[in-house]
Amino acid sequence: MNNLNFIYPEIFISLSILFLLVLGVFKKKSSNLIYNLSIVSLITTLALIFSYPLESNVNLFNATYKIDFLSSFMKILTMSSGIFVLIVSPKYLKIFKIFQMEYPILILCSILGMIVMISSNDLIVFFIALELQSLALYILASFNRDQIKSSEAGLKYFILSALSSGLLLYGCSLIYGFSGSTNFIIISETMNSSQYGLTFGFIFILVGLAFKISAVPFHMWAPDVYEGSPTSVTLFFAIVPKIAALTVFIRFLYLPFLNVIDQWQIIIVFLSIASMVFGAVAAIGQKNLKRLVAYSSIGHMGYALAGLAAGTNLGIQSSIVYISIYIVMNLGLFSCLLMMKRNDQYYENIEDLSGLSKNHPLLSLSLMIILFSLAGIPPLAGFFAKFYIFTAVIEQSMYFLAIIGLLSAVISAFYYLRIIKIIYFDLEKEKYDTDYNMGLKISLSLTTLLILLYFIMPSRLVEIVSRINII
Amino acid sequence: MNFPILSSLILLPLVGSLFVLFIKDNTSKNYQNSKYVALFVSFANFLISIYLWYLFDNSTSEFQFIENKQWLKGFVNYKVGIDGISILFILLTTLITPLCIISIINSINFRVKEFLIAILVMESLMIGVFCSLDLIIFYLFFEGGLIPMFLIIGIWGGERRVYSAFKFFLFTLLGSILMLIAIITIYWTAGTTDVIQLYELGIDLKYQNLLWLAFFSSFAVKTPMWPFHTWLPDAHVEAPTAGSVVLAAILLKLAGYAFIRFSLGLFPIASDFFTPLIYFLSLIAIVFISLVALMQDDMKKLIAYSSVAHMGFVTLGIFTVTQQGIEGSIIQMISHGFVSAALFVCVGVLYDRNHSRMISTYGGIVSIMPKYSIVFMIFTLAAIGLPGTSGFIGEFLILVGAFQKSFLVAAIASLGVILAAAYMLWLYKRVVFGNLINKKLLKMPDLNKSEIFILWSLVIPTVFFGFYPEPLINTVEVSVNNLIEMYNYNLTASVVEFKK
Repeated sequence: MNNLNFIYPEIFISLSILFLLVLGVFKKKSSNLIYNLSIVSLITTLALIFSYPLESNVNLFNATYKIDFLSSFMKILTMSSGIFVLIVSPKYLKIFKIFQMEYPILILCSILGMIVMISSNDLIVFFIALELQSLALYILASFNRDQIKSSEAGLKYFILSALSSGLLLYGCSLIYGFSGSTNFIIISETMNSSQYGLTFGFIFILVGLAFKISAVPFHMWAPDVYEGSPTSVTLFFAIVPKIAALTVFIRFLYLPFLNVIDQWQIIIVFLSIASMVFGAVAAIGQKNLKRLVAYSSIGHMGYALAGLAAGTNLGIQSSIVYISIYIVMNLGLFSCLLMMKRNDQYYENIEDLSGLSKNHPLLSLSLMIILFSLAGIPPLAGFFAKFYIFTAVIEQSMYFLAIIGLLSAVISAFYYLRIIKIIYFDLEKEKYDTDYNMGLKISLSLTTLLILLYFIMPSRLVEIVSRINII
Repeated sequence: MNFPILSSLILLPLVGSLFVLFIKDNTSKNYQNSKYVALFVSFANFLISIYLWYLFDNSTSEFQFIENKQWLKGFVNYKVGIDGISILFILLTTLITPLCIISIINSINFRVKEFLIAILVMESLMIGVFCSLDLIIFYLFFEGGLIPMFLIIGIWGGERRVYSAFKFFLFTLLGSILMLIAIITIYWTAGTTDVIQLYELGIDLKYQNLLWLAFFSSFAVKTPMWPFHTWLPDAHVEAPTAGSVVLAAILLKLAGYAFIRFSLGLFPIASDFFTPLIYFLSLIAIVFISLVALMQDDMKKLIAYSSVAHMGFVTLGIFTVTQQGIEGSIIQMISHGFVSAALFVCVGVLYDRNHSRMISTYGGIVSIMPKYSIVFMIFTLAAIGLPGTSGFIGEFLILVGAFQKSFLVAAIASLGVILAAAYMLWLYKRVVFGNLINKKLLKMPDLNKSEIFILWSLVIPTVFFGFYPEPLINTVEVSVNNLIEMYNYNLTASVVEFKK
C-alpha cells in the first residue's frame, strides 16, 4: 500500500462527495455553502495531483490503474475546467431556481468518474468509471425538471447512452473471452489481427467511445441534449467529458490495440472526416446557439480524431493540444452565452446577438475573438490548434485527410462569420443586463486573453504536452 | 544594428491601436483624440520607415536588419528581414495608412474608434507580411489581415456589404488554406520553413509543381487573377473609401510580392513550367477585364476592374523573369498603390457629397469643382500610363520584358494600354466634362483641405517617380538581379540533372 499517494486526488474527491452529501442532508438551506465547498474541494483535488512527481509512470493495484504524465495532464485539465464550470454558473442556476445542493455534488461525482476513467488500465475499472460519470450526467441533463426540453434531453441522453454502453460492454466481454484478461497490458500482448473475435470486440468498443465524444455517425444525441440541458450543464457537456473520452480513446488505441493499427486507422480516419464535414455543414442552418455549438463541437472532435489517426506521438500530442485550446475557446463562448440575460431571462438564439457590438463593445470584441479563433484564423489560438493537427497528419502523408479537414474549416468559417456578422453588422436590440458576477468576468477575460496572446509564446503548451510519449 | 527596427515597425501600430481602444469616445473631444493618436502613430511609423530606407544598403542582395528569435521551439523561428524588394512595399504601406486615417474625416461618421483600430492592426499585419522570412510567420500575417478587412467591409460598407464581406473572406480563406498544406509539406520534406535556408536548399523537384499550384491558389485569389477576381469588385464597391484604399493600395500588392518572393524564389522549375498559364491568365485579365471595365456604370466598379487589369500587367511582368519585367512589375505595383488609392479617394469625394457612385449622376463637374478636376485628370493619365507619370515607367518596363520573351504576348498586352486609355478617358469625359444636367450637383463644394492634402501627397510621388524613377530602381536592382541569377542557375542545374 505504499503507492497510495498516487490516488490521493481520487480518495479526497470521494470523501468530499460523501461529506457534502451528509452535510446537505442534515443542514437546511445549505446549497450556497455546498456549492462553495465543492469548488474548494475541486481546487484541493487539483493541488493533490501535484503531490507526486508528474513524470512518474506507475501501474497500481495489479496494473489496473495507471498513473503517467498523460493521466496527470488530463486530470489537471478536467479539474480546472470543472472549477471554471462551477464558478461561471451560480447566477444562471439561481435564476432558474435550480441552485440546489445536488448540482455541485453531481458534478463532483461525474468528475470523479472521469478521473478514474482517465487512469483506468483495465476494462472493468474503465467501465465502472464510465458509468459513474454517465449516470451523473443523465441527471444533470434533466436537472431543470420543470422544463419539458430538459427532461427530454435527459431521457434521450439516457436511452442512447445506455445503448452505447451496452455495445461497449459487449465489446469488453468479447475481448475478455478471446484474450482471457481484462487488463490492457495482457490484451495488448494477445492482440493480433488474425483473431476476429478480438477485432469484433474492439470495434464495439470504438463505437461506444465514438458515442461518448459524439463523433459522426454516433452524434445524434448531441444537438438535442445540448439544446435541452440548462446552459451551465451544456457547458459541462461540451468540454469536460470530451477530455476523459479522448484520453480513453488514446489509451485504447495506443495500448491494447496498437498491434492492429492498420485496422483501426482507417476507421478513425472515417470518423474524423465524417465529423469534420458533418459538423461544418449541419451547423450552417442552425438558429439556436446551443445547437450550433453542438454541431461545432462535433466538428472539433473530428479534428482531434484526425490527430489520433496519424498514429504517431506527434499526432497524439497535437490532439491533446487541440483539446486544450478547444476547452479554452468553449469556456469563453459559454461565458458570453451566460451573459446574455435581460430581465432574468436568458437568450440563446443567434438572432438575439443582433447588434450586440453597439451596446456591449467589450463583450462583443471578446466574442468576436473567440469566434474567429474557433474558425481557426491566425494569429489566434484556434489556428495553432489546427496547425499542429495538420502538421502531424501531413507528416504521415495523409494529404486527403488534411485537405478535407481544411476545406471543412472553410465551410465552418462561414457559420462563425455569420454570428460575427449578426453581432457587428446588424441592427441593435435592447441592452442586456450587465450585472455579471465575478466568475463570469474572470473566465471571459482570461479565456479571451489566452486566445489572443497565445501567439506570443506558442511553444509553452507544446513543450508540456511533448512530454507525453505513449508509443 | 542591434535595435529591432522591423519589429518596432510591426508593433508600433498595434500599440497605437491599444491606446485607441482605451480612449473613451463619448465626447467629441475624445473622439478627436483617438483620431490624433492614430494619425500620430501611423505618421511616426512612416518616418521610421523613411529612416529605414536611408539606412538600407543598396549594394547588396543579402537580407538586412534580420531579427531571429526562437518562437515555436524547434519548429519555427520568428525571423524578419528585408531586401530591396520588400522595403518599397513597406514604404508604400506606411505612406498610405496615415492618408487613410485622414480620409476618414470625410467619409466615416460612426464607430470611428473601431475603424481606427482596424486600420492600425491592418497596417502592422501588412508590414509583417512584407518583412517575414519564414513561411509560417508569413502565413500568420497574410491570413491575419482577413479579420480587420472583413470588419472594415462589413461594418462601414454600403448596401450589399455583408455579401461582399463574406465573399472576400471565404474566397481568400479557401485559397490560403491550400497554401497552409503546402507550407506544412515543405516543412516535412525540406526540414525548415526558413525562406533563406530554403533558397539554398531548394525544394524537391517531385513536389514543386503541386506546391507551386497550392501557393498559386492563394496568391491568385489575392492578386486577383482572372477567373478568381470576382470578389474584388464586390468588396471594393461596398467598402468605405478608406477601406478601398487599403484594399487596392496595399492588400493587392501582397500577392504580387509573394509571387516574386515565394513562387519564383522557391519553385523556379515549377514557375518555368507554369509560365504559359500565367501569361494566358494575365492576358485575359488585361484584355477581357479592360473590356468589362469599359462597360461599367459604377465608378468604383470601373476602377476595381481596372485594378484587376493592372495586376494582370504585374503578374505578366513577374513571370517574364527578366530584369526589366520584374522591376517594371514592382514599380507598377508601387505606382498602382498611389494611383488607385487616389482614384478611390476621388470617387469617395464625389460619393461623400452626393451619395451616388453612378457615372450617369455626374457630368460637367469641371465648372463646379475645378481643383478636383485637375487632380482627377492627373490620376486618370497616370492610370493610363502617360509618360511622365509612374504608371508609364512600370508598364513600359513590363512590356520591354515581355518583348524579350514573346512578341505575341507583348503585342496583346500592349492592347491593354489602349483599352485602359479608352475606359479611363471615357470615365473622365462623362464625369467631368459635358453639360451639367443634374442641378443637385451645383451645391457641391470643391475639395476641402484634408482632401487636397491627401490627393496632393499622392500626386507628388506619382509625378516625381514618373520623371525620376532612379531611387526605386536603385533600391530593387541588386535584389532582382540576384533573384534572376538564382532562378536561372536552378533551371540550368535541373536541366543538367535531367540529362544525367
